[in-house]
Amino acid sequence: MTDRLADEPARGPDHGPDRAHAVPAGAVPGGMAVEGGTPAPPRSQWWDVWDQFKTHKGAMAGAFVFLVILLGVILGPWLWSIDPQAIDIRARNSGPTLAHPFGTDQLGRDTLARMIAGGQTSMAVGITAMLLSLVVGTAVGVLAGYFRRLDGILMRLTDLFLALPLLPLLLVIILLFRDRLRAVFGPETGIFLLIVFVIGITSWMQTARIVRGDVLAIKEREFVLAAKSIGTPAHRMIFRHILPNVLSPIMVSATLGIATAIITESALSFLGLGFPSDYPTWGRLLYDATDYLQQYPERVIWPGIAISLTVLSVNYIGDGLRDALDPRIRGR
Amino acid sequence: MSDARAAKLVQVRDLKMHFPIHAGVLRTRVGEVKAVDGVSFDIYEGETLGLVGESGCGKSTCGRAVLRLYDLTSGSVRIDGTEIGDAGPQRLRRMRRVMQMVFQDPQASLNPRMTVAGIIGEPLVEHMKMSRKDRQERIYQLMDAVGLNRAFANRYPHEFSGGQRQRIGIARALALNPKFIICDEPIAALDVSIQAQVVNLLEDLQEEFGLTYLFISHDLSMVRHIADRVAVMYLGKIAELAPRDAIYAEPLHPYTQALLSAVPEPDPVLHDTQQRTVLKGDVPSPAKPPEGCNFCTRCPRVMDVCHRIDPEYREVAPGRYVACHLYNDAQTAEQTAAAMPA
Repeated sequence: MTDRLADEPARGPDHGPDRAHAVPAGAVPGGMAVEGGTPAPPRSQWWDVWDQFKTHKGAMAGAFVFLVILLGVILGPWLWSIDPQAIDIRARNSGPTLAHPFGTDQLGRDTLARMIAGGQTSMAVGITAMLLSLVVGTAVGVLAGYFRRLDGILMRLTDLFLALPLLPLLLVIILLFRDRLRAVFGPETGIFLLIVFVIGITSWMQTARIVRGDVLAIKEREFVLAAKSIGTPAHRMIFRHILPNVLSPIMVSATLGIATAIITESALSFLGLGFPSDYPTWGRLLYDATDYLQQYPERVIWPGIAISLTVLSVNYIGDGLRDALDPRIRGR
Repeated sequence: MSDARAAKLVQVRDLKMHFPIHAGVLRTRVGEVKAVDGVSFDIYEGETLGLVGESGCGKSTCGRAVLRLYDLTSGSVRIDGTEIGDAGPQRLRRMRRVMQMVFQDPQASLNPRMTVAGIIGEPLVEHMKMSRKDRQERIYQLMDAVGLNRAFANRYPHEFSGGQRQRIGIARALALNPKFIICDEPIAALDVSIQAQVVNLLEDLQEEFGLTYLFISHDLSMVRHIADRVAVMYLGKIAELAPRDAIYAEPLHPYTQALLSAVPEPDPVLHDTQQRTVLKGDVPSPAKPPEGCNFCTRCPRVMDVCHRIDPEYREVAPGRYVACHLYNDAQTAEQTAAAMPA
């Protein structure tokens, strides 16, 4: 036996420099500046991610639409200078005209101006609430999955939040804190913070559960043990090895979260728990327009399209990001 | 090679690693799996100790326990003069520079989301204060040492073959210039032609850097090739530990004899005439090991005493340790060894 092994001809590297192309060129996008066998300079992972993201047509379209909507609601007030609150009773219930491209509502307020103003609020609420619920959900999920001691407590807390009846809870929170927050931050910022907080705090549970499950699985993989044998401490273990590998479910909950947040905000406004009734948001416009659905259906369509396009574009961006962040899919 | 003059780098004494079993509605502790149950051995500087045994006998657990990847149930592990059996996280972290591990499955032991440079550089980031440029240079050196093309530094583990992945794992283990490396079945997941390359690479590196290996394997021929001394494990205990040539020429413990007789014989004539010891039955559950000797349920030479008393693990000849009642009676070890059929 011993002799047979010692005589093995293939003693030494199985892939010398002369076989640099054993792995098909192009397996890593942009990583092919190595033709001559000279080592490529260390390249940031984010360039690979961007290269892959660019090849995802849906994601690029989604990013484009999302940027247009975002720029539209941010820069819109400078381009379209009609005050969204201005009442022009003689022009009420007008259809799309040159003066009012999206028409006017029953009080003669310009729908385009209200869409722009409402978009600012809805997008801000959607993104902030999504980020909040994402951070809370991921933190709870990772801590529960990684540290066995916290698992019981945190998951029972998650169950508790899932079991809470949402509407009475919202009523109580808003009754208790609305006036105080208004006094401190002013009526609009106060209610904005309150709504973001309420939506964030009631929508993190799904993310937490999914992330916990994935962390439990990843924690048992051998590369985590390998990192432990190197002496990587727990926090860097989580950020370097665990989180990048649970990115996919987090991405999916994030993109779905924006949609849920925008819709929950409109439901709250409809119930009179959200922003004041004269303060436009996309959800508010939608609910106001339902009364006139038969006479003026276009009033429902505008905010409906805006919400759907935002949600859809964010979903596509999330899809592309998820693919781009996974090196195994990259380059296909 | 295993001369007693060399210093002992690793001393393991009565190492026990028991995993609790919880059951029932209240998850009460109903018993424990005795994966490693009182193992003692030394490893001398610069040598390779082979650790063999069948699946589930506790080889890997033993290796991981020696590196303190688990919290030990009891026992002492001294590596390079430092006791790490009960060391706290800080002391343990400092000791990680001395001891490293190569894992069995090169696919699973590399983070799929990190580049090769990131994987090999992780120990450097954790333990060395190096500038980015120095670290890059060191990563290239390591890639050269294990025979990986420098151009692969920005690639991801899934783009490599099994043998190349194992080289990445070896480069990571070498990064901190360790003295002691545990190879946990590093070749079991590779096909035969690659196995030889990886084993030869491990030998070359041992020569170059003066490494000490604990080589865990179930492949007896491979262990014979690489190890200086061999320890045979059965059900959480070491049955026999001896220098390589002695154990292969003249196994003492009945389990070692059975194990060695199961090695395939390439010569067809010898194959047909060979006397094989075929063990009957299965390995008892490590949660419920038998009374007395662990091997008494399957031992072809079992005696009454084996069912009652656990044989002591002791030195029966210079450098040869056996845990078996056959060698515990009044006669001297040499006489017994001479009387034993080889």
